[in-house]
Order: sequence, then C-alpha cells, then structure tokens
Amino acid sequence: MTTYSTNEFKQGLKVMLDNDPCSIIENEFVKPGKGQAFNRVRIRNLKTGRVIERTFKSGDTMEGADVVDTEMQYLYSDGEFWHFMNPESFEQIAADKNAVGDATKWLKEQDTCMVTLWNGVPLTVEPPHTVVLKIVETDPGVRGDTSGGGGKPATLDTGAVVRVPLFVQTGELIKVNTRTGEYISRAKE
Amino acid sequence: MTGSARTDWKPAASVATLRVRARILGRVRAFLDHQGALEVETPLLSHAAATDVHVQSLVTCYTGPGAAQGGKLYLHTSPEFPMKRLLAAGSGSIYQLCKVFRDGESGRLHNPEFTLLEWYQTGDDHHALMDRVAALLEHALDGLLALPPATKITYREAFLRHAGIDPFADPAALRDWATRRGLAPASAPEVLAADDVDGWRDLVLTHAVEPNLGRGRPVFVYDYPASQAALARVRAGTPPLAERFELYLEGVELANGYHELADTGELSRRFDSDLERRRARGLPAVARDEHLLAAMESGLPDCAGVAIGIDRLIMLATGAPDLGSVLAFPLERA
Repeated sequence: MTTYSTNEFKQGLKVMLDNDPCSIIENEFVKPGKGQAFNRVRIRNLKTGRVIERTFKSGDTMEGADVVDTEMQYLYSDGEFWHFMNPESFEQIAADKNAVGDATKWLKEQDTCMVTLWNGVPLTVEPPHTVVLKIVETDPGVRGDTSGGGGKPATLDTGAVVRVPLFVQTGELIKVNTRTGEYISRAKE
Repeated sequence: MTGSARTDWKPAASVATLRVRARILGRVRAFLDHQGALEVETPLLSHAAATDVHVQSLVTCYTGPGAAQGGKLYLHTSPEFPMKRLLAAGSGSIYQLCKVFRDGESGRLHNPEFTLLEWYQTGDDHHALMDRVAALLEHALDGLLALPPATKITYREAFLRHAGIDPFADPAALRDWATRRGLAPASAPEVLAADDVDGWRDLVLTHAVEPNLGRGRPVFVYDYPASQAALARVRAGTPPLAERFELYLEGVELANGYHELADTGELSRRFDSDLERRRARGLPAVARDEHLLAAMESGLPDCAGVAIGIDRLIMLATGAPDLGSVLAFPLERA
C-alpha cells in the first residue's frame, strides 16, 4: 500500500486513520521559528462521515486508502442489497444498507450514481444531483394555484416525501434536488 | 506554456500591498539608522550552516575558479553567524534586511524564502532590545495599523494562562494534555517520542498558546526553557532560563531575539549537541561555522539580537489572509 508523507498531504487525499478510510479536508503547516513542525489536519471518516482533527509531526507518514469514486448505473434492489453496474466494464457490485444510506430514497433504476469504493467494496453511494420521480400520493390541490407558495407533501415512487406546489398532482413526474430534498419543477419522461 | 502559466505570471500581491511593503522597509531602515545601527550585507551563500535541528538549509553547488570539482554551499537560514563576526570585528550595532531560506517550510505563514530583518544592538540585554523592538514596530506600522503598547509575559505564564499547563512539568503531563485534547490518541502512533519534552512543549505552544498571543496588542514572550536557548545566554536558576524572547501579534510569531551568548566554549558545546541530535534524527550533518567560533574567541561584545519576519509584518499590516498574498511571487509562482 502507498504511504504518504505530510509533504504530500492535501485536500481530497484518501488515507487510513484508526483503521477507517478517511479523506483530508484541510491541512495546515504550523511551526515555531525555532521549534518542531507539525501538520494540523482536518479529516473526514468516510465510513461515519464524522470530521475530526489530528496532528502529525511533519515528516511522518500515513497509509493511503484504496478509495475510488466510480460512476455506476443503479440496476435494482433485492431488499437486502442495491445492485450497481459499471457502464464500461459491465461489472456488477452490490452495496449494503450502510453504504447506500439516505441515498435509497432517490435511487431510480438506470440513473447514474457516484459509488465510492474502498478496496473494491461500496463505501458510499451518492445519487445524481437531480432526479425525476413520479408522485404516487398527494392531496388533490386547488386548481389554478401556480404560486408555488405553501405547498403540500407528496410521496414519490421511491418512498421519498417532498413538498410540492398545490397544483402538482398524483401521477405526475417531478424533478427534485437530492442534496436539499426540494422540488424543482414538473418534468416530462 | 502551461495553462496555469497564462495567469500565474501575475504577482500574487496587489500593487497596493507592494506599496505597503516598500513603505515598511523604508520606515524600518529610517528607524534603525536613527538608532545608530549600521546597515550591512553578508553572503547568502556559506560554507557552514545552521546546526539547529528544526532549521534545515537549502544546499546548492558552486563550480568554477577555486572549485573545479564543484563545492557545496548552503543558502543561509539567517545572517546571524557572519553578522556576529562583524560585531566581533568592532562594527558596533548593525542590521541587515535580506532574504533567508529554509527547506521544508511552506504554508499559510511560511514560504521557503522570506525577508528577514536581523538586528544586533550592542550593550543591550533582551529586555532593553524588547523595548526597542516595540518602538520599531510602532514606527514601522505608523499610518497602517494603530496598536496599543506591547506587553510582556514569561513563557511559563503564557502556557499557564492559555493552556492551563506548566511547560516545566514532566513531559508525561504535557503528553497527557495532548491526549486529552485528542491530538495524540492512544490508538494511533504517538505524535512525538515520549521523552521529546521540547516537542511536546511546541505541540502545546502551536495548538493552544500561540493562537491566543498578541490578540489586539503586541506581546513579548520571554524567559524560555534552557533547552530552547539556541544562541541565547542561559541564566542560572531553578529552572535555568534562556534569555530569549519572541514577539507575537494576532497569534503570529513575528520576531525571535536573544541576549547573545558570548562564551565560545558554550557555543562549541551547543553546536556539538545539535550535531549529535541531527545524527540521532537522521538529519543531514552540516559543517560547524569555525569562523564564528574563532570570532567569538576573539571577543563578541555584549549585545542583544533579534530577527523579525518582514513578510508576516506586512501580512498583518494589510490584513492579508496568508503570507503568499503579500509576496510578489510566492513559491508556486516563483
């Protein structure tokens, strides 16, 4: 496995810390003029998402983590695993509930997701920034309301619940921002 | 031409910042000339180098008349040694504004080459020189940054006040402090060797003390552990203390000064101790400056000296977020 010295630390570098794969968020070099140099590092644990601070003596090393981001197509879920395919190699992988996390509510078959693999095993799944999903249930709204203000909850075909304007009806397709969980617009197929 | 070269040919510092730099350099010179100090120049290239384990020299090679096979030369990390030779030769108070070079140092407050003011005032001890440095600071920043008068605090008080720990405590106590702060977790390899007492002090200093120093007004920290004396005199006592000071403003270390060691035997012992520590740490061996030892033998006048980081001063005067913003061309654009 690769090791990285403090001189190679930079934002986005994937390293092993406390046996977990992590990503460096920030690296600060501190040194008294006549004293020991340190690297103060802010680092995100890619398994838990927690951000911690660590300090290294300059010149020390960390083991690299074999973490790669791969664009993969979501195929289906069998209830226990979520199956993805690499569109170039057609290789298929299965992600468990921990890896998929909150992304489940935005996963639509055929959509391209960013799957982060650690030693070839899915660590996290990031859905596309926007997805088009079908409303399976919402209260009938007041016709003619186009203001978008107020709104009402709507359940989508993936199980996600988002607030939509009153004029949007059951059976319609809508575009949603997966980062904020907010309705963007009506959509066509 | 690479893509970045199309934009990176431009200076990192604005023209307004370059004007502040010129103004500060001018005012520093005017102040020191008025103090009666003589401006001098000494070589940037040297056959000998700093022995300090925490200061690494950049090395270059000269080939030509007198060095047919090529000879190793160090880019100076400070003009301290040749300036002390001038003092021993009877120069009286002197100063130098020059670029110095440090290998391995790059970050928000570091660039591998930077502008230093090195100043020696004969007849001063560290307290007298602190007062002069405070006056210099006020003069240099006049019209740029209005500051209340500087205060002074001992190294020990600074640790007690800002980290709640005695720097002269057992190293295990300093280590425990770091562990409590989550900086040296039991699960990971130790940040530092258990007996590296000055390393642990530096860890506490950089993480908890320095960020609080000089907030809103300049502060001098003085009376350092004897083990951090570098080339300062050590005053006997319990514990013995180095007659050394540092100046901080807004958490930034601006200056480092000594009541200068004048004892040749002691200097020789410190050089050798540094070189032994370099060997133990696997750092490159460097040549002792025998010229300095000979000069001290002939007699260094009683004096105090200080080195002031001019780029950091400009950074604070302009409110710049980092050192790179006040350099025309920081390393990545050099």
